[in-house]
Amino acid sequence: MRNIRLRSSGLWAVLATLATLMVPATVVAAEPVKIGLILPMSGPFASTGKEIESAVRVYQKTHGDSVAGRKVEIILRDDGGTQPDVTKRLAQELVTKDHVQVIAGFGLTPLAMASAPIATQAKVPMVVMAAATSIIPTKSPYIVRTGFTLPQVTAPLADWAVAHKELKIRSVITMVTDYGPGIDAEKTFVSRFTAGGGKVVESLRAPLQNPDFAPFLQRIKDAKPDAVFIFVPSGVGTAVMKQFAERGLDKAGIRLIATGDLTDDNEMENIGAAAQGVVTSFHYSAAHDSPENKAYVAEMAKLGVRANFHSVGGYDGMHVIYEALKKTGGDSNGDKLLAAMKGLSWLSVRGPVTLDAETRDMIQTVYIRRVANVKGVWSNVEFDKVEKFKDPGVQ
Amino acid sequence: MTGSQTYRLPDGRWQKAEIVFWLLPIVVYFVASDYLLLASQIFIVGLFALSLDLILGYAGIVSLGHAAFFGVGAYTAGLLASHGWGEPLSGLLLGGIVAALVGWVASFMVVRGRDLTQLMVTLGIGLMLFEAANKAAFITGGVDGLSGMAMDKVLGIFEFDLYGKVAYWYSLAVLFVVFLVVRRTVYSPFGLGLRGLHYGPKRMPAIGASVYRRQVVVFTVGAGVAGIAGALLAQTTQFVGLDSLSFHRSAELMIMLVLGGTGRLYGGLVGAAIFMVAQNYLADLNPVYWQFWIGLLLVLVVMFAHGGVLGGLAALRQRRTKEATK
Repeated sequence: MRNIRLRSSGLWAVLATLATLMVPATVVAAEPVKIGLILPMSGPFASTGKEIESAVRVYQKTHGDSVAGRKVEIILRDDGGTQPDVTKRLAQELVTKDHVQVIAGFGLTPLAMASAPIATQAKVPMVVMAAATSIIPTKSPYIVRTGFTLPQVTAPLADWAVAHKELKIRSVITMVTDYGPGIDAEKTFVSRFTAGGGKVVESLRAPLQNPDFAPFLQRIKDAKPDAVFIFVPSGVGTAVMKQFAERGLDKAGIRLIATGDLTDDNEMENIGAAAQGVVTSFHYSAAHDSPENKAYVAEMAKLGVRANFHSVGGYDGMHVIYEALKKTGGDSNGDKLLAAMKGLSWLSVRGPVTLDAETRDMIQTVYIRRVANVKGVWSNVEFDKVEKFKDPGVQ
Repeated sequence: MTGSQTYRLPDGRWQKAEIVFWLLPIVVYFVASDYLLLASQIFIVGLFALSLDLILGYAGIVSLGHAAFFGVGAYTAGLLASHGWGEPLSGLLLGGIVAALVGWVASFMVVRGRDLTQLMVTLGIGLMLFEAANKAAFITGGVDGLSGMAMDKVLGIFEFDLYGKVAYWYSLAVLFVVFLVVRRTVYSPFGLGLRGLHYGPKRMPAIGASVYRRQVVVFTVGAGVAGIAGALLAQTTQFVGLDSLSFHRSAELMIMLVLGGTGRLYGGLVGAAIFMVAQNYLADLNPVYWQFWIGLLLVLVVMFAHGGVLGGLAALRQRRTKEATK
C-alpha cells in the first residue's frame, strides 16, 4: 500500500514539473490572433471572394498558421457583395462579438466605405484587399490597402501610349463602366493622355448592370480612332473581347488598350485568342517571371484556382498582418499593429512593393503587358514597367 | 382566402399572443446581447416588410419596386446627416415625408393597372430611381455610397455605440410606434375598405366606395412607412449604399413577406426575423453554399404552409379547435 502511494506521488511530481514547464508555452498559445475576413463568397462577385480566400489559405499553408508565438485564426464571413449595411454589421459583430484584432477583405468600394467607421471606432487595423477606388484609405486612419487603385494602373498606360510615337496612337476613345472605379480610370486616362499631347475624341460610359457593349463598340468602329481605352470590372472581360473581335474592330485597325481587369488571368482561358496582342497595364500577372510567383501560382493551382490580381491583394494582406505581428513581437494592439504595418517593404509575388506610410496604399511596379500564348496557356506577358509607382489620385 | 375563413368586423383588442410577441425583444436584449446588431436590422427590415404588407397584403397592390421608397427615405436621412442635420427623429420624419410624397406621385401611375401592369410599373419606377441615384453621383456618392454621416444623440441623450445598444432600442421604439399606427389603420373602417378592395375590387364601387382614392392613400402611406424604415437603416448604419434602391432588395422583401404570411400585420415581422436569422446562421455554418438552404426553406414553406408561416400556424390551430369540438 505504502509503496504504491509513494510511487503515485512520484508520478504526480513528474506531472507537476511537466505542467510547470509547459505553462509559458500554453499561455502564449492560448491567445490566438483573430482576423475577421469579410468577403463576397456568394452572389455576383463570388469569384473575387474565392480568389482571396484561396490566397489566404495558401499563405497560411506556406508561412505556417502561427507567427511570433501566436496562432493566427481566420474567421470567414460572407457578405454577399452587394449590401454595404450587411458588410458593416458583420465587421461590427466580428469586433464586438468575436473580438478580432484585424478586419480584412472587402471586395467592393461601397462595402469598404461603409465599414470604415468601425475600424476608427474600434481602433482595429482594416486591411482592404480588393476594393480599388482611390479615396478609400482617407475614410479611416486605420485602413491599409494591399491591392491597387485604378488611377495607379491607368496613368502608366496613358504615358506609355503617348511616349511610343512609333505606335501612332494620337486619337483615343475611352469606354468605361459607369461607376466609381470606371470614372476614376476615365478621368485619369483623359488628363494624362491629353497632357502628353494626345487627343481624346469621345468618352463613353457603359452601364454597370446588364451591359451590352455592341452599340458602344459600333460607335467606336464608325469613329475610327487610333485606339480605344477600355476599363470594365473583372468578370465582364470575356464579353467585351468576343464582341470586339466579332465586330471587326481589330481588323479596322483600332488598337485596344486597357487596364488589366479586362484580361483578368482568371478569365484568360475563356477569352483566349480573341485578345491576342492586346496591351494592358496592371500591377500583377500570373505570368510574372519570378521564383516566388511561380511557387505561388502552383500552390493556388492545387486549390483549383488560377491566381489573379484579387488573390494577390489577399496574399499580401496576410503578409502585412504577419510582418506587423513579427515587429510587435506578437502584440496585437490595434495602434501598434497599424504603426508596424506602415512603411513595410517586401518582395511580393507581384514584384517589389512598399506600403506607403503616409497614404497607406501600395507603392508598386506597374507593368505594361501583352496577351500571348505561352506554352499553351493564354497569359499577360510583361514587357515594360514603371517602378515604384504611387497612386497619383484622380486629377 | 380558404372557404372556412370567416370575415369579422375589425376587432382592435390586443390578444395575448401579441403582447407576448412584443415582450420578446426585451428578452432578446438580455439573453442574446451578442446579436443586437442583427436584431436591429431585423426590426428595420421588418418595418419595411410591414409597409409592403399594407399595400400588398391589405390593398392587393403588387409591387416589385418597393425599395424605391426605402431608398428615398434612406438618402433623405443620409443627406441631411451628412450636411450637418444630425438630429435623428426629425431626420426620420423627413425621410418618411419625402418618401410619402414620391409614393403619392408614383401612385397615380401604379393604381391605374391591375396585377401585371402594377408589377411592371413599380419595377420600372424602382429601376429609374436606382439609375438616377447612380447618375447623380455628386449628390448621392453613386456606387461608392454616401458616407460621412454624423449623427447626433437620440433625444440628445443616447449616443450610437459600437455595440449597437442604442441602435437596438431606437429601432425597436420606431418599429413599435409605427406598428401601432398601422395596426390602428388596419382595424379602422378604412382598413376594412382596403380588404374589400383586395377581395372584391369590382363590387366596391357598387357600395359607393372609391377604389382609386383608397389605393392612392394606402400606397402613399406604404411608401411613407418604407421611407421611415430606410431612414432608420441610414441612421443606424451611418451609410447609404446604392443597393438600398436595388431590385434585389425589393425582391428579397417580397420573399420575406410571403414567407411570413401576407395580410396579417405580423407576417412581415415574422418573415424578416426567420429569413435573416436563417441567413445569418446558415452563412456562419458555411459561407459559400448557404443560399441552397434558404431556397429549400422557401420551397418547403410555400408547399406545406399556405399563407406563409403565420398562415400555417393559423391553419394548425383551426384544425385543433375543430377536433376539440368534435
